[in-house]
Amino acid sequence: MNNVILNIPIQWYIYLTVILFSIGVLGVLFRRNAIIIFMCVELMLNAVNLLMVAFSRYLGDSGGQVFVFFIMVVAAAEVSVGLAILMMIYRNTKSIDIDDLNKLKW
Amino acid sequence: MPITQYIFFFLTFVAIFSAILVVIDKNPVHSVLYLIVTFFALAGHYLLLNAQFLAAVHIIVYAGAIMVLFLYVIMMLNLNKEIEPHKKNIPKFAAVIASGVFMLCLIALLTNAQKGMLPAAQNENIGLVENLGKVLFREYMLPFEVSSILFLAAMVGAVFLSKKEIN
Repeated sequence: MNNVILNIPIQWYIYLTVILFSIGVLGVLFRRNAIIIFMCVELMLNAVNLLMVAFSRYLGDSGGQVFVFFIMVVAAAEVSVGLAILMMIYRNTKSIDIDDLNKLKW
Repeated sequence: MPITQYIFFFLTFVAIFSAILVVIDKNPVHSVLYLIVTFFALAGHYLLLNAQFLAAVHIIVYAGAIMVLFLYVIMMLNLNKEIEPHKKNIPKFAAVIASGVFMLCLIALLTNAQKGMLPAAQNENIGLVENLGKVLFREYMLPFEVSSILFLAAMVGAVFLSKKEIN
């Protein structure tokens, strides 16, 4: 376990996180269900978290892992408020299709 | 090929495959379950990178709390069937092309950022609870306390948003 940085180049982690982030972007653009869009935002946050942990490990600096900890805190708060907003939207419009939420569109 | 590379490729395959299934699957409950699989694979990556504390916190917070919250909302709204109406194909093609171009741009940008290996870190125990706790409570004490205020605000906001209107 402790010879990861000798066997795996940092490029592989960069490619993995870029692919995961792009799948999150694809989900946000592709789907119409607001809950799935939320989940894809979580996927993007996790891709960034993984890259920060990888760089923290390769550079020997624990600040990156503390930042990941704070990103998890913010993600938890964001999800609780966001799902409350979704419940509110569903109660008012009986739908969570984001195409129905065009009141602010001119 | 060393054993760590096998573990890396296995976890990477699981993570990317289930992430694609999150986007493709029509049923929201299946999407949540595939996202939990992705999170477990990412926790395996954290263990591979010797960040045990973050792996445990990741499992507890994401798979234990956030995904359960998603499942509760899906079940409360009774969305566990394929309700998504069929859309036109042009926005879907545009989404696929846009995210594919985005991925290619990021890879082309980052592939020459650092050639070869980074200098190997001397201290490989930075991910353990002991060392991370020392850093967290010495250098990052103020952000830690501020995050508690953030949680309080999020809790008040969630309760306020989801309560019924009185009149």
